[in-house]
Amino acid sequence: MSEKKKQRMYDQDVSGDGLHSIQKVIEPPRETSRPVIKYVLIGVSVLFLFVMLILPLIVVVVNALSDGWAAYQEAVLDEYTVKALMLTLLATVTAVAVNTIFGVFSAYLLSKFYFRGRQVLASLIDIPFSISPVIAGLVFILTFGNIGWMGDFLKAHDIKIVFAVPGVVLATIFVTFPFVFRELFPVLNAQGKDEEEAAALMGAGGFTIFRRITFPHIKWALLYGVILCTARAMGEFGAVSVISGHLRGKTNTLPLHVEILYNEFNTTAAFAVSSILVLLAVLILIARNLVEWKKK
Amino acid sequence: MEQQIVKVKNKKGVKVIPGFGLSLGVTLAMLGCLVLIPLASIFISASQLSFGEFIETVTSRQVVSGYIVSFSCAFSAALINVVFGVVLAWVLVRYEFPGKRVMDGLIELPFALPTAVAGISLTYLYSDQGWIGALFDKIGVKIAYTRIGITIAMVFVGIPFVVRAVQPILEKLDRQYEEAAAMLGAGKLYTFFRVILPELFPAMLAGFGLALARGIGEYGSVVFIAGNIPYKTQIAPLLIMTKLEQYKYADATAIALVLLVISFLLMLVINSVQIYMQRFSKA
Repeated sequence: MSEKKKQRMYDQDVSGDGLHSIQKVIEPPRETSRPVIKYVLIGVSVLFLFVMLILPLIVVVVNALSDGWAAYQEAVLDEYTVKALMLTLLATVTAVAVNTIFGVFSAYLLSKFYFRGRQVLASLIDIPFSISPVIAGLVFILTFGNIGWMGDFLKAHDIKIVFAVPGVVLATIFVTFPFVFRELFPVLNAQGKDEEEAAALMGAGGFTIFRRITFPHIKWALLYGVILCTARAMGEFGAVSVISGHLRGKTNTLPLHVEILYNEFNTTAAFAVSSILVLLAVLILIARNLVEWKKK
Repeated sequence: MEQQIVKVKNKKGVKVIPGFGLSLGVTLAMLGCLVLIPLASIFISASQLSFGEFIETVTSRQVVSGYIVSFSCAFSAALINVVFGVVLAWVLVRYEFPGKRVMDGLIELPFALPTAVAGISLTYLYSDQGWIGALFDKIGVKIAYTRIGITIAMVFVGIPFVVRAVQPILEKLDRQYEEAAAMLGAGKLYTFFRVILPELFPAMLAGFGLALARGIGEYGSVVFIAGNIPYKTQIAPLLIMTKLEQYKYADATAIALVLLVISFLLMLVINSVQIYMQRFSKA
């Protein structure tokens, strides 16, 4: 490096941001190589995301429309597709409702009260998160199925859970069980319990405390949890696949319907039905990002 | 890490805030009915198996190769995810460029996209006639219906876990250490490997663990691309499924139990390493 350039850098140093220009003086050649690393890394990231995430989406759309718009419409408006969509919606809404109730109560319990076994309880809630969905489905068959220990009781009372809609709903609830809790708990735990204690000492009732103090803290986290829960519930495949019995028009959810169509070599229809799920997934992603942005 | 429960002892055990009974009741009732009781069934059913039958099932050639396929593919996928996850997190935290927000939003796509859709789409993409599969087919590499395909599907489902584990830590990382390293004459690479990476390591390990667990259990996105060739590309969750379809509930239970125990042990090891690392870095 020329003496002139070095001198210019010292001059810059006098006029401001000291640390950085000193750094520049100490190792000037690296400053010029930095943008290269930056663009290489950005390039690698963009390529990775394009190949791994974007391309599969493009595949779905291209294949869904490969036999023309009429074929697409026929596949999407097919009786079984609509029924599967309804079941998916039912399972998703139920799972989200149940897990929201659970998430709010359990996060409140574990963040506002200190009692023995809190840690254990917190880890128990996380169990469904780390279990294979197939095993999640299996546990319900082992409980409510013909060989399950509740099987005889259910048979005697003519209640069908396995290979029926309740099983599908239960499996969906199971796999998404910790989602709302996991979003709420860190927020409530960080907030502490001083505000609630103050309110309680001033005579506020439980519901008032929750509505006026706890809820405003968690509303965005709650919405965030609900969105994640919806995403997972809507797309659940493994657990539902085990327990549904694949009865067309009865216990088939949209992802299962996709599988059936695909295995029948009805590829275009499979991708057409998939495109509904892709659309829902994209909407969920947009909602997620809006909420994330609002949270900040 | 951050979510560690703060231990404050309430000396008299007086609970000022109302609602303890109600929330404890609701939590325990729902957790018990929806998760714990069903989960206990697996142990009840397993206890009805004789030890000999159990061992015979889980050591049969098909089952053992199923475990090997699941674990080896999930392990490689988690490793790949750690590398790309750190690169992605780094790019998202440290650089400014157009489209960054979109890129950040895309990371959760594998989470939002139903696994079955991802499965058929990846299979199409990587089969010999697919857009990417055809390219590799020319050089004689088959991706779909091999372990490479399984690994790719597991990379797909696991990537958000690593990125989202590393990203917040990288955001909080104090730049003064890097500046100090640079002032002391360390190069960019040296600084990255000796200063930044050790700080990120616990988060990378956490992300690795989550991606690994997800990969081992993953069914929907893997089952299509795997092709399910016996002894070669049959994953363990698929074996459970096959046994169930043949109404061999006992076998399915045995396979599931071993899978559960191994996953649990893996998580235990990863968590212990993580705790050890944290203590080590604090000391």
